Amino acid sequence: MFDERIGKKALVEVRDLKMHFPIYAGVLRRHVGDVKAVDGVSFDIYEGETLGLVGESGCGKSTCGRAVLRLYDITSGSIRIEGQDISTLGQDSLRTRRPAMQMVFQDPQASLNPRMTVASIIGEPLDEHTKLSRAEREARIYELMDQVGLNRDFANRYPHEFSGGQRQRIGIARALALNPKFIVCDEPIAALDVSIQAQVVNLLEDLQDRLGLTYLFISHDLSMVRHIADRVAVMYLGKIVELASRDWLYGDPKHPYTQALLSAVPEPDPSLEAATERIILTGDVPSPSNPPEGCNFCTRCPRVMDICRRVDPQFREVEPGRHVACHLYDRHQTSAGRTAP
Amino acid sequence: MPDGALPVLDVQDLKTVFRTRQGEVHAVNSVSFDLKAGELLGVVGESGSGKSVTMMSLIGLLPSPPAEVRNGRVIFGNQDLLKADDDALRQIRGARIGFVFQDPMTSLNPVFTVGFQLMEPLRKHMGMSRSGARRRAQELLELVGIPDARRRLGDYPHQFSGGMRQRVMIAIALACDPQVLIADEPTTALDVTIQAQILELVKELRQKLGMAIVWITHDLGVIAGIADRVIVMYGGQIVEHAPVRELFGNPQHPYTRALLQTIPKVHGERDARLRVIEGQPPILGAPPDACPFRARCTHRMPRCDRENPARVVVGPKHDAACFWDPATGGERDV
Repeated sequence: MFDERIGKKALVEVRDLKMHFPIYAGVLRRHVGDVKAVDGVSFDIYEGETLGLVGESGCGKSTCGRAVLRLYDITSGSIRIEGQDISTLGQDSLRTRRPAMQMVFQDPQASLNPRMTVASIIGEPLDEHTKLSRAEREARIYELMDQVGLNRDFANRYPHEFSGGQRQRIGIARALALNPKFIVCDEPIAALDVSIQAQVVNLLEDLQDRLGLTYLFISHDLSMVRHIADRVAVMYLGKIVELASRDWLYGDPKHPYTQALLSAVPEPDPSLEAATERIILTGDVPSPSNPPEGCNFCTRCPRVMDICRRVDPQFREVEPGRHVACHLYDRHQTSAGRTAP
Repeated sequence: MPDGALPVLDVQDLKTVFRTRQGEVHAVNSVSFDLKAGELLGVVGESGSGKSVTMMSLIGLLPSPPAEVRNGRVIFGNQDLLKADDDALRQIRGARIGFVFQDPMTSLNPVFTVGFQLMEPLRKHMGMSRSGARRRAQELLELVGIPDARRRLGDYPHQFSGGMRQRVMIAIALACDPQVLIADEPTTALDVTIQAQILELVKELRQKLGMAIVWITHDLGVIAGIADRVIVMYGGQIVEHAPVRELFGNPQHPYTRALLQTIPKVHGERDARLRVIEGQPPILGAPPDACPFRARCTHRMPRCDRENPARVVVGPKHDAACFWDPATGGERDV
């Protein structure tokens, strides 16, 4: 778990994780296929870092985040958190591990119980996992509210009395209640207005500095991920196609999908906008229940080759710390197939 | 852009109020703007800033009650749309003013084929025959880049992907050759790569068809790429208005300036820390008697609490509703 090369410890190690959802059809409800939402992803998350997980809707990024926390019974693969394999743990032993790994959800409206007060929402994990006295519990709730910038006077209010940004703060306070090491943030800012997004992102960064948290930050917002993440993984149709440090990924994307994705983001600058050459992908993402043969991206790739339609490219390290799954970077291809990006 | 072109749509002093059990909400306050032939006007603002309500008020799409358009004039052609009766409005909507809404799944009818929904305006507004409408419908699907158009006319909305559905919506909006197209967050529900496809399509269609477009969005990046002119809305009012390059290059209102600084970029310099706009957008319980942005503004002056700044000219074709002058850092001389 200690990576000699970079001198950092991996807190989360995911290997060949698969999460398939069965499809049943017909009168007999026979198993006719699988939605391969996550289809063999591997990555590490180092202690204290933020790994960004980006991709378009339906690529499996949220499923991946939930599977890593074992909110699903995974199909195959291994997940180690702090060295312990949790991929096959039963619900009871999983429960004792939960305090260390928490989640912040996308929709603060749907993930907070409307009939519970803020204090009881934040206090619920404390009731479940600790034996604090009444006074200690109250003190901890106030402490958490201070940490996320919620006014203590609002402890007895209900979620609907808060704005979207404040509700997300309640969700973050709940996730922090048990001093977790690792938090999966699943699109935590997607439902918020631009001017409020920055407030929540800054809060997450402050908390990380203060409490030494490790984040898996799932988002479709490439510019926000560039801001918050140390390393970034790009997912397409259930697989990670590229994983690299933030500056490399944004400065010199290797995979054709990453290149197209980054070039599709509109820049808030008219002169830059006029100057950029867009890579416009044609068509839509194929169905994850029936992915194409070979590379998943071969149906839309602007640089597709024959081999891509036959052989699924391996996800491998092409340079130290840079992982890509693309035939353009196969060793025997490097001279012939590689052109300047 | 045709500079001296006459406006196709001229909105003056529009006020819209919602009556709720908790009292009135003043969603749109004295909004005035015009739309010139062939131009693309971007309207930017956060949720609740009044951008959608403004456009819905124009053509009587808001249910009344609770909505009430209290004041204003909307000149389209030679008539005032706010005075027009329902029949006249129905003749204009869908035929001379087209619409594209944010969510293509909820704005298409799931129980009718796409072909039927495309042919409906053609037959109702243009009086086309069934076969004529069918031919035109196929042309329209081809125009918006849907492959195998003839066969797809018989498909239902759920058989299309999100991006394709939005193309269908655009085709329906364009069916009767409208002079004005109002697009309300048309790419917000789409992924970036699909958004890029739709933006390219709109640019291409503008060149081919030359209609005027109002494009409502919260995404400044999208605006930078396609708009000619931009209106920034906050708290139910227009706070700044300028040609696109002027707005991004020389923003004058503190809200616009702060907004441009809070959004991180994909290219170029990366800021170590995001700038934030503290606080929350206002709740518009009463007609504004002071600047709606004052509580979040870093350049607040005593005057901002007393009066609501009017829009003043601050540059070439550029106006802002603010007392603060970024050039001097003091009060604007108005």
